[in-house]
Amino acid sequence: MPIEILMPALSPTMTEGNLAKWNIKEGDTVRSGDVIAEIETDKATMEVEAVDEGVVGKIVVPEGTPSVAVNSVIAVLLEEGETADDIATLDVTRASGATSDPAPIATDLPAMAEHAEPKPAETPILVEPEYVGPMVTQTVREALRDAMAEEMRRDPTVFLMGEEVAQYQGAYKVSQGLLEEFGDKRVIDTPITEYGFAGLACGASWGGLKPIVEFMTFNFSMQAMDHVVNSAAKTLYMSGGQMGTSIVFRGGNGAASRVGAQHSQCFAAWYSQVPGLKVVAPWSGEDAKGLLKAAIRDPNPVVFLENEIMYGQTFDVPESADFVLPIGKAKIEREGKDVTITAFSRMVGFALEAAKLLAEEGIQAEVINLRTIRPLDKATIINSVKKTNRIVSVEEGWPQSGVGAEIAAVMMEEAFDHLDAPVKRVTGEDVPMPYAANLEALTLPSPEKIAAAAKAVCYA
Amino acid sequence: MAKAAKPATDAKSKAPARRRGASPKTSAEELLSYYRDMLLIRRFEEKSGQLYGMGLIGGFCHLYIGQEAVVVGVHANALPQDTVITSYRDHGHMLVCGMDPKGVMAELTGREGGYSKGKGGSMHMFSREKNFFGGHGIVGAQVPLGTGLAFAHKYNGDGGVCYTYFGDGSVNQGQVYESFNMAQLWSLPVLYIIENNKYGMGTAVHRASSTTELYQRGSAHGIPGAQVDGMDVLAVRDATAKALEHVRGGKGPYILEMLTYRYRGHSMSDPAKYRSKEEVTKVRSEQDPIDNLRTVILKTKAADEAALKAIDAEIKTIVTEAADFSKQSPEPALSELYTDILVEA
Repeated sequence: MPIEILMPALSPTMTEGNLAKWNIKEGDTVRSGDVIAEIETDKATMEVEAVDEGVVGKIVVPEGTPSVAVNSVIAVLLEEGETADDIATLDVTRASGATSDPAPIATDLPAMAEHAEPKPAETPILVEPEYVGPMVTQTVREALRDAMAEEMRRDPTVFLMGEEVAQYQGAYKVSQGLLEEFGDKRVIDTPITEYGFAGLACGASWGGLKPIVEFMTFNFSMQAMDHVVNSAAKTLYMSGGQMGTSIVFRGGNGAASRVGAQHSQCFAAWYSQVPGLKVVAPWSGEDAKGLLKAAIRDPNPVVFLENEIMYGQTFDVPESADFVLPIGKAKIEREGKDVTITAFSRMVGFALEAAKLLAEEGIQAEVINLRTIRPLDKATIINSVKKTNRIVSVEEGWPQSGVGAEIAAVMMEEAFDHLDAPVKRVTGEDVPMPYAANLEALTLPSPEKIAAAAKAVCYA
Repeated sequence: MAKAAKPATDAKSKAPARRRGASPKTSAEELLSYYRDMLLIRRFEEKSGQLYGMGLIGGFCHLYIGQEAVVVGVHANALPQDTVITSYRDHGHMLVCGMDPKGVMAELTGREGGYSKGKGGSMHMFSREKNFFGGHGIVGAQVPLGTGLAFAHKYNGDGGVCYTYFGDGSVNQGQVYESFNMAQLWSLPVLYIIENNKYGMGTAVHRASSTTELYQRGSAHGIPGAQVDGMDVLAVRDATAKALEHVRGGKGPYILEMLTYRYRGHSMSDPAKYRSKEEVTKVRSEQDPIDNLRTVILKTKAADEAALKAIDAEIKTIVTEAADFSKQSPEPALSELYTDILVEA
């Protein structure tokens, strides 16, 4: 069978081009790789190389022909033992001017929409088993340390790396005692090189390990975001399910105190936009321990957003090494019938204080500790709003495209008929964090701001 | 010219002589296997270019034509536990790792039978089974990732080495040096292979790099390096063997700068106006890795014309079958859109 040489496309968008020049004539022998022609578009001129070997049997489209359709036959090659007569058997009607076959793209839009419909938000409400074991009073810092130590005892592939995590015992003393127990093979001080060690940890995960990467604070994770998003979050999908990235990125997130704009930023909304990541933000000691253990056991990349100001706060924490909380499940910290307040991380404490203020005025607020930002536990929020018909979202981060913006959208899409008032957001002000104490206080949410917002949606 | 670089502090480095022709210890079988592997990559890539031209492959498609000796020569030294990672110019690396040409080609055409079920494409393909870890689309990102695979080799004590390939275009990315530093600091078993094909997209090396002796780029971190004729598969194989003595010996990373050349544009849509036709023609006619090995094979009587012709025919069949498979395999089911985002625990 003679071989058809087709008009090639130089780019995905090219549909036709000019056949500027032939470098071969009928009767010439060509080898694969030989430059046989030049074609041009309004953007570029390119050489066409032969892919197959043979003798040029026929030049179908002469040089100088403009607007030759992509995929039309421009020449015919004869293989060994064939003659020009064999060309007669070929259908060369697809030559210049004839319409080329469309690219075989089966875009059946209605069918696509049907198949692509995301799963409905109405996931069944999981009832969290009540923990009834012994409790211990400890700080969030200690709860995080215990979570890591317990998981490192359980699984020898788990290791911790980050700046100052080993000999210094953690910049915020979260990894206190881990180097002594697990040694420097598993508790590793890194250079200050976020982009590098975040990428290295993703590679180590593919090599069968379970890295816990500590960012001294998440502000520095911006240096490493390429690996968090492009390497950790997307590889499972890009590999057709062959190769996931089992990894935890953890560290302090959000505003600390008087450290200014570059060190006071919430990354919850940033990371929660990325499919392939889980984003967790604990508030209490119980959250810290149960969720960090869950994050370490999870086969997916988990961004674990702690808060520096919470590290020193004390809670009653389940003592058992088997205590694990489910990722993707919010917790109702306080029940109420009049208004729902959602919050995460340090803001849960503010919301509970606001609830006390509201109670003094006869308003019963239901406070939801989101615990996980992605996947968001929509079911718990919607169920609460069905009862209260009003909702206020609280976060430290900026308003635009924030977690509250997402919750407001979910309410519009999935709970509109249950709302008696528009959703209200309490967020960090839309400014870089100022240093001055009075301006910093003005920037952040407060129990009073939250209470005021709750009263506003209650028209009280 | 071959050059070797030890850390800048050690000036006594010796330049190994460049090898020419078959080493006495290279068997006919080895020569033919290199020839076959290089030819498979060449023909596969030519076919990819053709399918791209027909609209069957979309997006970005970066061909490896001209650089075949690099990956074939390096991989001739690989042990089963070793791992491989590279950039988006990755088709040759996958074939040499033993991945099925049908699965690779079907991924290029975005079909269900592709290695990533059509969800990755030319630049994002993986085979855990064959220890090939991608296929990465962000210039330089594979360098810390490969260093991490080496970290796992050391942590697991499996004796493996990670071959981390990257181009001259990526050597000015900061994360490359972050990786060099940690690899040397922690003596990680990683072989860095810089495929210097002289142009990072359209920018010649000397226009992008303040120093163009890329094998010396690890000297600030004390990493030794050598420059190798990347168009000579035997020189590549031997330089790699020497570097691996260092890496497998627990002494940490090593850098090999392979001087090579890509015949085609950076990607399929690159008209390559930044270099002259004469330059390309000269390399192709004088330094082509496949033609030169063919000459060696015939001269040393490792095989005759008929035997080589039989290999050519065998390769042609493999590539034709891969292309046919890649056209016949269906597009992924629409239900695949929402799978493989998270591992269900």
